[in-house]
Amino acid sequence: MIQTGVETVKRGMAQMQKGGVIMDVINAEQAKIAEAAGATAVMALERVPSDIRKAGGVARMADPRIVEEVMNAVSIPVMAKARIGHVVEARILESMGVDYIDESEVLTPADEEYHLLKSTYNVPFVCGCRDLGEAARRIGEGAAMLRTKGEPGTGNIVEAVRHLRQVNAQVHQVVNLPKDELMTMAKNIGAPFDVLLQIQEVGHLPVVNFAAGGIATPADAALMMELGADGVFVGSGIFKSSNPEKFAKAIVQATTYYQDYELIANLSKELGTPMKGLDITSMPFEERMQERGW
Amino acid sequence: MKIGVVALQGAVTEHLTALSELGAEAIPVKEANQLRELDGLVLPGGESTAIRRLMDAAQLREHLQLFSREKPVFGTCAGLILLAKEVIAEEAHIGTMNVVVERNSFGRQIDSFITDVTVQERKIPAVFIRAPHIQSVGNNVEVLATVGDRIVLARDGHLLGCAFHPELTEDRYIFELFLEMVKKSASARLASHENVL
Repeated sequence: MIQTGVETVKRGMAQMQKGGVIMDVINAEQAKIAEAAGATAVMALERVPSDIRKAGGVARMADPRIVEEVMNAVSIPVMAKARIGHVVEARILESMGVDYIDESEVLTPADEEYHLLKSTYNVPFVCGCRDLGEAARRIGEGAAMLRTKGEPGTGNIVEAVRHLRQVNAQVHQVVNLPKDELMTMAKNIGAPFDVLLQIQEVGHLPVVNFAAGGIATPADAALMMELGADGVFVGSGIFKSSNPEKFAKAIVQATTYYQDYELIANLSKELGTPMKGLDITSMPFEERMQERGW
Repeated sequence: MKIGVVALQGAVTEHLTALSELGAEAIPVKEANQLRELDGLVLPGGESTAIRRLMDAAQLREHLQLFSREKPVFGTCAGLILLAKEVIAEEAHIGTMNVVVERNSFGRQIDSFITDVTVQERKIPAVFIRAPHIQSVGNNVEVLATVGDRIVLARDGHLLGCAFHPELTEDRYIFELFLEMVKKSASARLASHENVL
């Protein structure tokens, strides 16, 4: 019997992405640059997060034409974003055969109360998280991959670091917690009990967890790997830099050899200007994408 | 037995875990100078194009070609693609295993599946993720498993190529098969060495 859309197959696809870099692209040409640089997947978008920030208004699923163009241009997996809770955008992307859907806070949420029930789809989902409670809720809904949220489109790594450290510290806590204290922890962080139980049994998150939201340089990517990310998403960091091809290659190398500091030094030499960064402390609360979703 | 797992990108830890469970000493390999001490090598699943770029950047290709001519190598999914002598519509990479492989031949992720395959009369679970298949095999290559009419596991002497992911299930049969090949190859090398002496 052949079974599609089962958990092992959805989570397994993310496991094949480990140690890799997933790059945001807005057309076929960028997708090809990403593939040639060694990206493990591309995220097809209408605008990268920093441009979404600038444009303001409501950010929606990309024009299916762009997604299709990217799918036809490369042989690596293609991901695309749907708005949080937008059942129809997700079903449209699934029907087009995209390889992974990102239920993403980068787009304007369609539902402020409910996320998608991702276990009911054949296509796997990746979701953002800032702490273990959020991570466990998304796993409970059927996410097959996680990414820490960071603050998208800022080129500022500080939130990505905060979120990854937070998730990992709480995983560590769960693994070392006496079993009779686990239910109280589940209550306190709003996590499904069975997900925490599973984490305690296997000693780590049951799905792959990438870092995202603010990675702008090879050193940023290596930092997230050092802190225990399984891989990285780079949004605006590549195609908003002065030399996307060089940046893409350097970030791929730095992710694989994240502890080879001499190499990262060489990769970083004369790389050109990274994307312009944003200070998050001066950002109005309502502009923080990480606050979207719960 | 010391087995390396090429650790540039992909499902590296899953292979290390499976090999350690069976009593092998398993180490991640990122550089050519680590190959010398190994009895066998695993090319794990991942994105074959990404792994290929990283191998080129590290100038690993020739070293892996030399290694695979001499010692056992087990390629899963992307690893099989890299090992194959011919890849449809693409340039071959390491190219030492006498098979022709087609990439993404079962479709996109939405078509990825799990099923049972029969290997040497034993039924094992097999996870296929945007998987390739072996379109044809050269002389003396043993076909070990098929799905429908597609070859998904084959052995060319001391090279083992697998289109699915045994590292994603609990069943360790394919790993046992590979470690058996490593043992055999090591004792054969030892015997020929003694003959020379």
